Amino acid sequence: VRIFDPHVHMTSRTTDDYEAMAAAGIEALVEPAFWLGQPRTSLGSFVDYFDALLGWERFRAGQFGIRHHCTMGLNPKEANDEPLAREVLDVLPRYLAKDRVVAVGEIGFDAMTRAEERAFVAQLELAAAHDLPVLVHTPHRDKLVGTMRSLELVAASPLVPSRVLIDHNNELTFERVLASGCWCGFTIYPDTKMDEARFVRIVEGHGLERLLVNSAADWGRSDPLKVPKTAAALRAAGFPERDVARLVWDHPVAFFGQSGRLELDDCAPEPDRAATFAGSSILRGVRPR
Amino acid sequence: VGCAQDGGHVISLGGRSLGGRSLGGRSLGGRSLGGHSLGGHSLGGHSLGSDPPDHRQLERVLAARLDAPARRWLEQARGEVARAPGAIATIFPAVARAVGRGPLDPGARAGDVHAWTLDAAARTLLLVALGPAAGGELTLLYRHGDAAERCAILRALAFLSVEDTVGVPLVEDALRTNDLYLIAASLGPYAFARLDDAALAQAVLKCVFVGVPLSGLTGLDERATPELAGALARYAQERVAAGREVPGEIWPLIDRFQPAPELVAIEAELTRPELDRRRAAQSALAGRAVVGARRGS
Repeated sequence: VRIFDPHVHMTSRTTDDYEAMAAAGIEALVEPAFWLGQPRTSLGSFVDYFDALLGWERFRAGQFGIRHHCTMGLNPKEANDEPLAREVLDVLPRYLAKDRVVAVGEIGFDAMTRAEERAFVAQLELAAAHDLPVLVHTPHRDKLVGTMRSLELVAASPLVPSRVLIDHNNELTFERVLASGCWCGFTIYPDTKMDEARFVRIVEGHGLERLLVNSAADWGRSDPLKVPKTAAALRAAGFPERDVARLVWDHPVAFFGQSGRLELDDCAPEPDRAATFAGSSILRGVRPR
Repeated sequence: VGCAQDGGHVISLGGRSLGGRSLGGRSLGGRSLGGHSLGGHSLGGHSLGSDPPDHRQLERVLAARLDAPARRWLEQARGEVARAPGAIATIFPAVARAVGRGPLDPGARAGDVHAWTLDAAARTLLLVALGPAAGGELTLLYRHGDAAERCAILRALAFLSVEDTVGVPLVEDALRTNDLYLIAASLGPYAFARLDDAALAQAVLKCVFVGVPLSGLTGLDERATPELAGALARYAQERVAAGREVPGEIWPLIDRFQPAPELVAIEAELTRPELDRRRAAQSALAGRAVVGARRGS
């Protein structure tokens, strides 16, 4: 089956990861804008990061035959630096207008502060203005309360729930998310959040409707092959191939396709390894020309 | 090809005339602005002065290539930025989704870095629609623009009335990159009218180094200098001494001024003990003869 990882931070990953992902059948991905493990201190760092998501990272992915898309947004952690947050929100519309930006995100809550809520609400409005879906991060701490408050803010926003994806769900949150009409994401991590076996149990109990599964691999301990591994776990549990395909390809395409900006047919099957981005290639030592 | 013969506007799209229509020699609105072509970048050493060229020919060519919804979108977008210039911040990045990314000339060669694209043409018209507000928007549009947006801005410069303090730094930025499309887009009539001989020579050398074909720089013949010829000849000498190929297209520029010490040094490579250097010299000089014969005929 074709595999689509709807949440993976490739900027933090190596070319070995890209190679392994392509070999495992991953053909497309969405890289949400997030924080970098330590706070940025100036607008310029955000802007360069946004530009890299649209430029160099898209090029890198293409070199492995993987179609790269991204979401743009101010993440909840850094929303707490309010003077800087205002600058980021001011420049954000320029980036929401770019090709292959398929949602506003990750937005949401980290520590449930007022500043986080203000940035969250402002970006829900930006999503409506730019006709984009939304990717909502739910907090690690007090996840249920954070998720419920997120659903309230979505309900009060101009967005219809079918254009909102609430991510990083667990056994306590997913039924409420599904009841709201939002899409429901599961992040499969090596230790935390959710694992393949628990996810299979959830699918066995509730079916696949509006579920997405992702690796959310980033600069922490994580595994960019968790989507194909989850597909394998579903097969091992007896799910037919068409269910697997629905989960790992059809659903991400359906959700992010609402942006009108998915580009899934532009990658050559054999990428041109001599290609360059702004004159730079991913090769080392060998001149591309 | 691509040069205006008598001062009219010629839209040349990568060296081809459009659909067999001859546009040469027709001047628009009675204004003669010196040789100026869209694709071939011919300005022939004339100064643009304060009067930028007319965009209406570009408009007609683009309109013929767009379907009705794309034309409507563009019309609306032009109206919108004319009324509220700030709207260009989010309209400009969205252009390619509405009008496409393909070549403006359907017959353009794939990978032709000099060829206009549909989105660059549409973006140029949007910037023109900004009128006097263009200067205020350009720097941030470029700063936050992706490569296609930046190419469009660079190509549009020739059609805009913006201060040199706004436009020239963008050209200089593009020339610092190694992106073939940005470099090609930056070396249009706007840059040819503003870069001094030394800066232009550096830009041409950069083209040769990174592989931007000089054939797309149609104002180049009139701007060639002995210094440029010497620099290109030293480049050829360096390539030969390294046993490498010399691009044939640099010879006409070298041979206009015949820089003696460099040419003597290249010919001396024919008798080097190292086989690869002798071969490289033979190949380079054979290429020079071929190009010379072609130019002579």
